[in-house]
Amino acid sequence: MNADILTHILSFENFGELVVLVRNSIIAGAVLGIVGGLIGPFVITRNLPFAVHGISELSFAGASIALLLGINVVTGSLIGSVLAALLIGLLGSRARERNSIIAVLMPFGLGLGILALALYQGRSANKFGLLTGQIVSVDNPQLGWLLAISAIVIVTLIVVWRPLTFASVDPDVAAAAGVPVRTLSIVFMLALGLSVAVSVQIVGALLVLSLLVTPAAAALRITVSPFWVPVLSTVFAVVSVVGGILLALGGGLPISPYVTTISFTIWLVCRLVGGRRERRGGRRTKDPTARLAPRPTAAVNERVPS
Amino acid sequence: MTPVLSLRGASLRFGDRELWAGLDLDVEPGEFVAVLGPNGAGKTTLLKAILGQQELTAGTAEFLGRPVRRGHRRIGYIPQQRLMESGTPLRARDMIALGITGHRWGLRRESRAERERVDALVAEVGATDFALAPVASLSGGEQQRARVGQALASDPALLLCDEPLISLDLRHQRGVTDLIDEQRRKTGAAVVFVTHDVNPILDAVDRVVYIAGGHFTIGTPDEVLQADVLSALYGTPVDVVRTMGRIVIVGSNDAAHDHDGHGHHADHGDDLDPEGPVR
Repeated sequence: MNADILTHILSFENFGELVVLVRNSIIAGAVLGIVGGLIGPFVITRNLPFAVHGISELSFAGASIALLLGINVVTGSLIGSVLAALLIGLLGSRARERNSIIAVLMPFGLGLGILALALYQGRSANKFGLLTGQIVSVDNPQLGWLLAISAIVIVTLIVVWRPLTFASVDPDVAAAAGVPVRTLSIVFMLALGLSVAVSVQIVGALLVLSLLVTPAAAALRITVSPFWVPVLSTVFAVVSVVGGILLALGGGLPISPYVTTISFTIWLVCRLVGGRRERRGGRRTKDPTARLAPRPTAAVNERVPS
Repeated sequence: MTPVLSLRGASLRFGDRELWAGLDLDVEPGEFVAVLGPNGAGKTTLLKAILGQQELTAGTAEFLGRPVRRGHRRIGYIPQQRLMESGTPLRARDMIALGITGHRWGLRRESRAERERVDALVAEVGATDFALAPVASLSGGEQQRARVGQALASDPALLLCDEPLISLDLRHQRGVTDLIDEQRRKTGAAVVFVTHDVNPILDAVDRVVYIAGGHFTIGTPDEVLQADVLSALYGTPVDVVRTMGRIVIVGSNDAAHDHDGHGHHADHGDDLDPEGPVR
């Protein structure tokens, strides 16, 4: 590889000064990592990765139209993704039905977005930013927006955590136990719409999956504990975004390739580790504590946060 | 004693197809009632009505003396075994714990009392050996044990079982049935058990509700599972054969070839699903 390109990709000149400049981005990235890490396991158990992609394309459309009209881009992106999330949530309760609705919405959204960008006369970096992610700067008002929306998502998820888990793994039984399955599904889609809208601001519409799905998928390769899955998935997501922002600093390149590469690498490592453990351990001893416990009852007494 | 479940003149129709009408049924605490009948007779719909998820066309359904409502903490629901996909972030123990904490808002650590309750349930349903195994790795029988534990968690007055033995092998059918039978005797919970095959639960059943072709018959298994009774119900000759401790219900004439279409019955050598004569 040409040395110039390499130094362009990984450059740490004036690193300290640059870090100060992108302080806002790093804060936004860390909070975004928490959002992605917490919502990701639900996206996977509820079989919604494709929906995430569909919502992000409509979020892109909303943001592009906002850019063209000269209104707040975050607002546009929010409107697009919340509308898409609600449509998908209301129309597609079954996976197959849902997938075709998403497949119909997605190209329409992309098309609208491309039209708006083609008509837009401003700085071209703004255009690509929406699809492939920002280079650096998150200004103060934008940061305020991102933090507020992220806080809403995080608080909502914590409030509905246990009923949502129940409804996600076993909707029939949860409904029989009085869990409002349908309402939770709508609440979850709204939270997902908000998460996508904020993610689009940092990693761009095409790469949202790397934040909302990849870290959770990685965590699920190595554990099924309802406590460790969200914890690990959050750690993986935060490392990916913040790591990506720091690595991207020197080269003046978009952060998204760094974010996606880190999150992909984590997933790959988890997959290898998880696969090896499965082959070696056999299914009964997949949880190491089960093997170490002298009596099965002792293993049961293990701390299991609910 | 007030009945756990009380249906009065309960009727259900979809368009002009009547599933059942005028159903009167009182289920007492600790009673084991089997709901039998061919596919599409409205067995599962009856469960949905009891769960408040399906409104009756006519009549009333009361649970613990109050009209049924959508979802109830004192009803334990055990559905068909459905293989959990790998990547479901739960272990068998967590699945049982959902029966206790799964409806609660907010997030906090499992309390000591909750932990002890879950441990007791895990032991109760014989899930100790696989308590920490991922649910996706459980066999059908193990998964159903965990589901029984989950259903028992809320101290139910009624266990609603929707074909919980389907796709289990004979040994696990036996095990899960014994578990449910033992629990209703111990806790006094009534059981309403929907199944297409009465044989695995024959020893436990107190009463049978047999639904077919828009009609139904209620009585003890010996009263209901008779050739003349079922022939009258189906409106066509049906024979009930008792052989080697099992009951086989055979539709006459053209029914024979229809049975071949239901491979899963043939495995067990029993067939309580004479759809042939109904058509």
